[in-house]
Amino acid sequence: MENQTSILNLTEEEFVHPGNRACSGCGLSIVYRTGLKALGKNTILVVPPSCLTVLQGLYPVASTKLPCVNVTFASTGAAATGVRAAMRALKKADVNVVAWAGDGGTGDIGIQALSGACERGEDIIYICYDNEAYMNTGVQRSGTTPQGVLTTTTPIKGKLQEKKDVPAIIAAHGIGYVATASAAYPLDFYDKVKKATTLSGPRYIHVHTPCPPGWSFDTRYTIKVGKLAVQSGLFDLYEIENGEFRLTGASKNLVGKARIPVTEYFQTQGRFKSLDQEIIQKVQEQVDAKWARY
Amino acid sequence: MTTDKFCSMLSRSKPGPGDGGNTGSWRVLRPVINLEACIPAKRNKMACFHCWLYCPDSVVSKTIPPVINYDYCKGCGICAEECPAGAISMVDESTPLVEDK
Amino acid sequence: MHIIESGNVAAATGVKLSRAQVIAAYPITPQTPLTEKLSEFVESGELAAEYIPVESEHSAMAVCIAASTAGARAFTATSANGLLYMSEQLHWAVGARLPIVMCVANRGIGAPWTVWNDQQDTISQRDVGWIQIYANDHQQIIDAVIKAFRLAQTVSIPVMVCYDGYLLSHTYMPFEEPAQSSVDSFLPTFAPTHFLDPENPGNFNTVTLPDVRPDVEGVIAPGYIEIRHTLHQDLRAALDTFVEIDREFKKEFGRGGNPLIEEYRCEDADFVAVCIGSLSYQLRDVVDGMRENDVKIGVMGVQMYRPFPDEAIVRALAGKKGVIVFEKALSYGNQGALYADIKSALYKSAERPFIHNYILGLGGREIKTQHLLDALTASCTSPDTFEDAPRWIGLKL
Repeated sequence: MENQTSILNLTEEEFVHPGNRACSGCGLSIVYRTGLKALGKNTILVVPPSCLTVLQGLYPVASTKLPCVNVTFASTGAAATGVRAAMRALKKADVNVVAWAGDGGTGDIGIQALSGACERGEDIIYICYDNEAYMNTGVQRSGTTPQGVLTTTTPIKGKLQEKKDVPAIIAAHGIGYVATASAAYPLDFYDKVKKATTLSGPRYIHVHTPCPPGWSFDTRYTIKVGKLAVQSGLFDLYEIENGEFRLTGASKNLVGKARIPVTEYFQTQGRFKSLDQEIIQKVQEQVDAKWARY
Repeated sequence: MTTDKFCSMLSRSKPGPGDGGNTGSWRVLRPVINLEACIPAKRNKMACFHCWLYCPDSVVSKTIPPVINYDYCKGCGICAEECPAGAISMVDESTPLVEDK
Repeated sequence: MHIIESGNVAAATGVKLSRAQVIAAYPITPQTPLTEKLSEFVESGELAAEYIPVESEHSAMAVCIAASTAGARAFTATSANGLLYMSEQLHWAVGARLPIVMCVANRGIGAPWTVWNDQQDTISQRDVGWIQIYANDHQQIIDAVIKAFRLAQTVSIPVMVCYDGYLLSHTYMPFEEPAQSSVDSFLPTFAPTHFLDPENPGNFNTVTLPDVRPDVEGVIAPGYIEIRHTLHQDLRAALDTFVEIDREFKKEFGRGGNPLIEEYRCEDADFVAVCIGSLSYQLRDVVDGMRENDVKIGVMGVQMYRPFPDEAIVRALAGKKGVIVFEKALSYGNQGALYADIKSALYKSAERPFIHNYILGLGGREIKTQHLLDALTASCTSPDTFEDAPRWIGLKL
């Protein structure tokens, strides 16, 4: 997919109010703001507990200018199903029904409901923002936390297991559109969300969102850190459309070129400080092997 | 069921700015745009706007010149880091604003 | 139209007549034939609804919660562990004030696994804030479903319609199927004042603070405790609302009149046997027999268990010599929940009868008429020998 949207033609209309409670430099804030521009006004959001619950505001003030229902942690995929069913029953077919959940809410506690929705072919867009831990509760490890990362529940040795590949699991359902994106490339994310709105059935977008307090880096480096994850070949931007895989944007441009060593990415964040050389070497080899297939 | 009754029986928030209060007070460092270096300001045409694109809190305007809403800017510094012209510097909050001088 | 069908089909027919718009369900015995029937109604085009075959009960209630928030009439059904799996969602549905209706075919709870009837499933969920109506026969099931939709959307509180698994869910009985036109005039279209609406965006179920807080227009909005207090007040008021709805139902359909409690030969009775569900009809036979031996005894079935109809119960029981409460559930480590509730309600009465508690029928253990007769005879003839603890009926070991 080529970028169709430039900074200059990206709409100025905002659907998120400033003065919300998201942390300074929040990667989620960047993609939330950009994603809602792509979705537009005729959208209903479904949100489980996550940093987004806080960003959205405390009763009775909402930071989001779109209708939204907050739902229980495990139920996001099913709740989005329910909104869509109601839209069909009430003959309001043209509304975007969009679930927006964190990585824990998607790949851990919410995976059953999401899997059910994908299997049933529900007409929903599901956006998972992946900050690679339970950030809202204070940085506990999740299924998508990478190996070796220090969290408050892997405080000394770092996480022992590897990152769960959630978009691959969702793609295994055979749904029509799966994409990955990064907060560091908001226009690429915008185009993918926009494309999703033109398709039907289950559509899944997994977006990498650097988190300054959770990953332990200075708030000004959110974009830089996100770009390093992509340019080191660790987090790839791609689309799987009707079963066809293709790299997109910055990842596509990396094919056949030298990538930044993963260790340069690791060095930007305090969460990787207990990584030993052995794991760094293993990760580099895994990345090299993956890219050899691209 | 009347509207008033409905709103007392459950949590339904209405959209509005500043849920977190004046988040400008979170700032330690303040982004200040040097208009002589800022690309749209210097060229007097719609251009660049990385500061607007990457701002997590939509507090930078897409205008010539870009204007930062200090009421809500949390001072993350992403705009300064991403400005291709190096036109934004992060200054200590204790430095008075230009209009305060 | 008179038909002979199972209790589950009676429930499904009530849902069809109520024109549910979104139905989500997951299979669990003994509820399953109800949702099978609904899927048939939807596939055949008899019912214009969305039928969502979800992957769990938690998701079934999630679909109902979201669909109801979006403005559609939503229904689900379950039993036993399925009800408990959605327990978090039950709390959510009532806190969000959604008029969802759910049928529960009562079944015992594992472990150990049992598929047979008792009422531990719904009784254990008595404190979530849902309205609980119990039906005693197939006519009551279909009527209760229709009344439940009306009640739920009148008071913005979800309603459970409960009936005994197998004893009612799978047995066949004749019942009258009301005319669609009559149901349509009794049950108005669901038209909430606020729903998920891009033209009037609002954010539902947001984090709510311990204290009150002004909204964007400066109007003070409630804190969590005010919202919960309103729920409690509205639940208490729902007792009268249901009596009124039942009165209108009777005017339209000619049936009803006992919305909160159902009394049988209680007027001149010295003793009253009390229970929830179909057991009250079995007790009628026992009472008839005892009446022949000049024991003045009646039966009271509790039709609405939450909100608790304490005033109606006190009116019915104050001044009696004795009250004997039979329960197919209990608050483990304490007593039968209904027993404790009735005892508590009678505390403020000047003329307090003795009150006994029997636990029986758990996990489908057969309830023999002789056991009921023996228990009632013991209670009526030597009430002073009883302790303030439940006695168990039908234990074989």
